[in-house]
Amino acid sequence: MKKSSIGMAEYKVSKDPEEVLCILGLGSCVGLCLYDPVRKIGGMVHILLPEKIEKQNNPFKFAETAPQALLEEMKREGALKRDIYAKISGGAMMFSGSNSLFDIGQRNVEMTKKALAELGIPIKAEEVGGKKGRSIFFYVKDGKLEVRAIGREIITL
Amino acid sequence: MGLSFDNLNDLQLDALREIGNIGAGNAATALSKMVNKKVTMTVPRVALLPIKEVPNWLGGPEKEVLGVYLAVSGEVTGHILFIMTVENALKLMRMLLGDLAPSDISAVFEPDEMSASAMNEIGNILASSYLTALADFTGLRLDHSVPSLAVDMAGAVVDLILIEIAKHGDYALLIETEFVEEEDHVEGYFMLIPDTGSLEIILKALGVV
Repeated sequence: MKKSSIGMAEYKVSKDPEEVLCILGLGSCVGLCLYDPVRKIGGMVHILLPEKIEKQNNPFKFAETAPQALLEEMKREGALKRDIYAKISGGAMMFSGSNSLFDIGQRNVEMTKKALAELGIPIKAEEVGGKKGRSIFFYVKDGKLEVRAIGREIITL
Repeated sequence: MGLSFDNLNDLQLDALREIGNIGAGNAATALSKMVNKKVTMTVPRVALLPIKEVPNWLGGPEKEVLGVYLAVSGEVTGHILFIMTVENALKLMRMLLGDLAPSDISAVFEPDEMSASAMNEIGNILASSYLTALADFTGLRLDHSVPSLAVDMAGAVVDLILIEIAKHGDYALLIETEFVEEEDHVEGYFMLIPDTGSLEIILKALGVV
C-alpha cells in the first residue's frame, strides 16, 4: 500500500490499486471521493469552503466547483460518468458557540451534496458532521473508505 | 493590493515581537494572580508562517492537541487560536490547578467542567493580555469573544482557521509561548490572524508603515 496525503484545496486521481488516498486531521473541511468501480479509478479532493470566491481560480477549494472539477479529472483518466459514485466525510463542527464561522462544516457538506446532485452523481455513503475530527483513507482498488476519529472504532464505508 | 504577512520588513516584525513580549508579561501577571503562584512566560520566537505548517510544528496533522479559539472585534478584526499538545495541556493544568488537575491524558479529551473552564480561562487571559498590549501600543479599540475549546487532531483543530485565512492570505503571526513555574515549563502557541486590511491598520497605528 502506498499512502498519498491530499492537502487542503488539493486533489488526486489514481488508477494504482496499491494506492490509498488520504486526508489526515480533517475538521470542518470535506473529503469528497469519486469512484468508478468498473475501471477502478478513484479520486479525492479536500474541500475548504462552500461558495467560490471571486478572483480565486482553484476550483478544488470550493464545494460549489470541486465535484465537477474532480469529475473532469476522472474522465481524463478514462472514467465514465454513468458508473461514478461518491462517498463523503468531514464537515465537523470543531468549536461550539454562536460564531457563524463554526457552521462552515455543515455548509460545506450541504454545498457538496447540492453540487453532486446537480451533476447527477449518486452519494453511495457518507459520514459527516458531528464534533470530531477525522482521518480518512480511500482505497483505489475497491473504493472502500475508512474513517478514523480519536476514541472511536474505525468506520468503513 | 493591501499589506500581507509575506512582505513585512524587520522593523514591522520587531514591533509585533515587542507586542508579543509585553502581552506575555501581562498574561504571566494575570495567570500568577489566578493561581496564586509565580508563573513567568517567555516568548522564545515570534514568526510569520504559512499556517498550514502549524500541524507539522505540533507533531503532524494527527497529533492530539488542545485549541482555544476567540474572535477579535473592534477597530481591527481577526482570530486568535491558542494551541498546545495534550501532553503540554495536561502539564499546564497541573501547573495551574495542582491537585485539582486531571490525572491523565484521557481527561484532557473529555475535560470535566473545572478543567474545561480552566483552559478557557487561560485562553481568555492570553487573548486579553496580548490584545491589551496591542491596544496600548496602537491606541486601537479591541475586543474579543468568549473562548471556545476543542481537543482533537491538530489538522482538524486548525482547519477552521486555515479556511478563514484561505479567503485572503496565507500567513499567521505565531507567538511561541513558554510558561515557566519554578523548574517546570510548558510550551504553547498563540496565533493572531488578522483579517484582510486589519494588519495594515495595526502597522499604521504602530507607525511602521
